[in-house]
Amino acid sequence: MIYFDNAATSWPKPPEVKEAMVRFMEEIGANPGRSGHLLSIEAARILYEARETLSKLFNIKDSSRIVFTLNATESINLALKGLLRPGDHIITSSIEHNSVMRPLRDLEKKGVELSVVPCSPKGELDSRDIKKKIQSRTRMIVLNHASNVTGTLLPVGEVGRMARKHSLLLLVDAAQTAGAYPIDMERDEIDLLAFTGHKSLYGPQGTGGLVIGERVNEKEMIPLKHGGTGSRSEFEEQPDFLPDRFESGTPNAVGIAGLLAGVRFVLKQGVESIRRHESHLIEKLIEGFKDIPQITLYGTAEMKDRIATLSFNIKNLSPSEVASLVEEEFGILCRPGLHCAPSAHRTIGTFPKGTVRFSLSTFTSDGEVKRSIEAVRHLLHQKD
Amino acid sequence: MVYGVILFPSTYFALRAEKKSKEKGLSVRLIPVPRHLSSDCGVCLRIFWEQRETIESLLKEEGVRMEGVHPME
Repeated sequence: MIYFDNAATSWPKPPEVKEAMVRFMEEIGANPGRSGHLLSIEAARILYEARETLSKLFNIKDSSRIVFTLNATESINLALKGLLRPGDHIITSSIEHNSVMRPLRDLEKKGVELSVVPCSPKGELDSRDIKKKIQSRTRMIVLNHASNVTGTLLPVGEVGRMARKHSLLLLVDAAQTAGAYPIDMERDEIDLLAFTGHKSLYGPQGTGGLVIGERVNEKEMIPLKHGGTGSRSEFEEQPDFLPDRFESGTPNAVGIAGLLAGVRFVLKQGVESIRRHESHLIEKLIEGFKDIPQITLYGTAEMKDRIATLSFNIKNLSPSEVASLVEEEFGILCRPGLHCAPSAHRTIGTFPKGTVRFSLSTFTSDGEVKRSIEAVRHLLHQKD
Repeated sequence: MVYGVILFPSTYFALRAEKKSKEKGLSVRLIPVPRHLSSDCGVCLRIFWEQRETIESLLKEEGVRMEGVHPME
């Protein structure tokens, strides 16, 4: 079996992720920060260490500014709904996932004005097009770091610098890049970073977070949830400090134990080294496909501007047909269709049919890429 | 030996305080908040009372928010 659906959820995970979760269940198991006993402290320590370790990965000075969530979608919802008010204007790109588009369309109905800047058919964004949309009521820019459809990276650093110059906030959806591509909150001038644990950070599903940069006033940000935090229990009002303000209810501590092990794995491998390996593989895959006349490839061909996620289509076959054929005959597991990103597919001209998506990970081997190229060639041969 | 406790607004700061103190070789321990000091359900840092000034200034430097230092009876 070849697993090429890492852009949805990475698999396999490093063995230490499962071990950390088993250790948590067997030896810790208690509620973090809700009591003073040994096991509660030990559980809280896992969350603390996870924040510290993520701070190293993203270059964050104050780890209390990392708020744990279920996934990037929850983080994006928290940032957008927490900060935008009727009358505010926000700019995004046409290549976004529904995790950004749907909350924005909802906010639009509530009086937030939205500008969607078109990307090129390869999914590239010209930051000057963003600049043209800035107006007096613009409050924020939200962009994915790399598209889950095309794999094309967006120039977040450039936009970050522009956002600072105009006193705007930049929210980056790093679902596809955290762990697979270097992210530096300071260098890239990112104000809000939404990440998920279950993709390139190699943690379990149900883990993720929002990093709230120092330019964001957390006291003015409305939580999605209110409730118990283990702190200030004598008051019925929500705490106004981080991370408690946005972490009501018992967290997914066992998941975060797994996430911590995943992030440690990423730091041990090194993001640059993971990136080199994945770039090498996606280049091989693109090379293997590009001379086949029946195949259309999407996204940029520039390796430095893309991640290891590739969308393609085969002439006269629907994406779902291709996906079931490669699974049945060659054991390749991938994802066909719209990938929860209709706007991205409109941008690259593949709506409503979608594409076939092969997405790799640090555990993908040269042999798997080679076999998948042969499989697709074989499939075309059969169809002729 | 006389002990004291440092209270924090949240568990995050209690854990940060423990870690930063231990890194400096200071003998501290996280314990449940004594009932007479706060009705909060969290933890606080038990310290040696004579080291309170050293620890307080270290924690301030490390960005730890504190809610009070009390001698333990």
